[in-house]
Amino acid sequence: MVDEVAIIGVGMHPWGKWGRNFVEYGVAAIRDAVVDAGIDYRDVQFVAGADTMRNGYPGYVAGATFAQAMGWTGIPVTSAYGACASGVMAIEAARHRILAGLCDVALVVGADTTPKGFLAPAKGERGDDPDWLRFRLLGATNPTYFGLYARRRMDVYGATQDDFAAVKVKNACHGLNNPYARFRKEYTVEDVNNSPVVADPLRLLDICATSDGGAAMIIASPEWAAAHGHADAVRIKGVSTVTPTFPNTVIEMPNFSTDSAAGIDVPPRTFKQAIGDAAYAQAGIGPDEVDVAEVYDLSSALELDWYEDLGFCGPGEAEKMLRDGQTTFGGRTVVNPSGGLACFGEAVPAQAIAQVCELTWQLRGQATGRQAEGARVGITANQGLFGHGSSVIVAKP
Amino acid sequence: MSRTRVAAIEGWFTLDDEPRLIGTRCSDSGTVFFPPETTMSRAPGYASSTLEPVELSRTGTLWSYTNAGYQPPDPYIPVSDPYEPFFIAAVELAAEKMVVLGQVVAGVTHDDLGVGTEMELVLDTLYSDDDNDYLMWKWKPVGWTAGTDENEGTV
Repeated sequence: MVDEVAIIGVGMHPWGKWGRNFVEYGVAAIRDAVVDAGIDYRDVQFVAGADTMRNGYPGYVAGATFAQAMGWTGIPVTSAYGACASGVMAIEAARHRILAGLCDVALVVGADTTPKGFLAPAKGERGDDPDWLRFRLLGATNPTYFGLYARRRMDVYGATQDDFAAVKVKNACHGLNNPYARFRKEYTVEDVNNSPVVADPLRLLDICATSDGGAAMIIASPEWAAAHGHADAVRIKGVSTVTPTFPNTVIEMPNFSTDSAAGIDVPPRTFKQAIGDAAYAQAGIGPDEVDVAEVYDLSSALELDWYEDLGFCGPGEAEKMLRDGQTTFGGRTVVNPSGGLACFGEAVPAQAIAQVCELTWQLRGQATGRQAEGARVGITANQGLFGHGSSVIVAKP
Repeated sequence: MSRTRVAAIEGWFTLDDEPRLIGTRCSDSGTVFFPPETTMSRAPGYASSTLEPVELSRTGTLWSYTNAGYQPPDPYIPVSDPYEPFFIAAVELAAEKMVVLGQVVAGVTHDDLGVGTEMELVLDTLYSDDDNDYLMWKWKPVGWTAGTDENEGTV
């Protein structure tokens, strides 16, 4: 087990398709987090920014971009990129700084402005970039991979179209009263099944949109937190930013193939399982203790994979867990009480931070209209391109 | 002037009637890399092993499949107007113990595909310009031939 850090302030800019500069969303989130923490921005000793690749140079140097936007105070910054896991890479950079004793209080921030439609690779003829080549040679978008996983669940575990749709229905219901969610509308299983096919068996309403949004956190050493009125602040108990172990035998974005298991033994745990394992090990907490989870439902079917990979149930048992209501309010582990990506759409560098913001509100009992009653322990999980995954475990002190 | 058949990417597959994917084999561990790894073996602990070119199995079993219901964004090159959805297969090669993606040839329908279906590698035109047809490997169910499927065209 490693030492804890305290989350003393969180803030978000509502998700949407606002079409404004990403810096605006990040600054709004920072200002809310600073107010939530009851500090002055000039108290912040380090800024970790999660990068966006779609907004030019300021997006690549997010730490400096936000430090400048808030008014330079001379403090060190870092900028992190790890695809969908960028936000947790930024959290990890700030946490390391605190755990090393190099600072007492740090800001983590991520924000994005996204184009409409499929996420596409960077422009230009780039014949040595697998992310470019998969679009050119295969026509493989991100939902292609989600579709492959979903079909596999149907054929191996007997999942149905209705099960996937039921995830969307559940999350849509969870997010109805979330002021930060972009889509606040109820759906039926029929609505989902009748929406156009994007990547068979997945429909448009099974797949998350891309959104604008921003999220920020103020984290501090428990001592500094206690000295500033936050003795009871939610704690970060574990952070995972693991990569796959060779050979990774599950097809992953943006690859053309898996690794080969000929000649080399397959690791006992898959990459997605390893993401949660590392966080649990660091926190000294097991899946049975988790009350609430924010997991990456890039597709409805992917949420079911997470139930199993995070140990909430055994392989092939996720559909039963969903059907039995074990992942909604009143169930064993409330999954995506925020409404998840189904209600937010993905704002890549902000999303993994937003997951932790939501759990902070859940553990404080401040998640009005979407509260998992009595939640004491929460976990986030996320996976993106190029072998990036992340998980954060938070708990009440 | 006749049109020229060109590989859509150089060195990843042969242009034979019965094409093969070209990978590399780590000589010490026996593991295989596709697309071909030429810099260094990525098998941990085998950095000093040599990499030798190897042709992969032409057939495998369907691990999973999906389709592209909407036209993919650039740099995908559209081949029909209006857009026609196509299937994408993930095929497991037994000897290499790996899964390789590929488009499924046009005309194959949902009813022709299922997890475990035997698939084989074929060459097909991915896109064309004024002078060239750019060829790509694709997957098709073993024994499937165009025009024989009563469900053809109903994706």
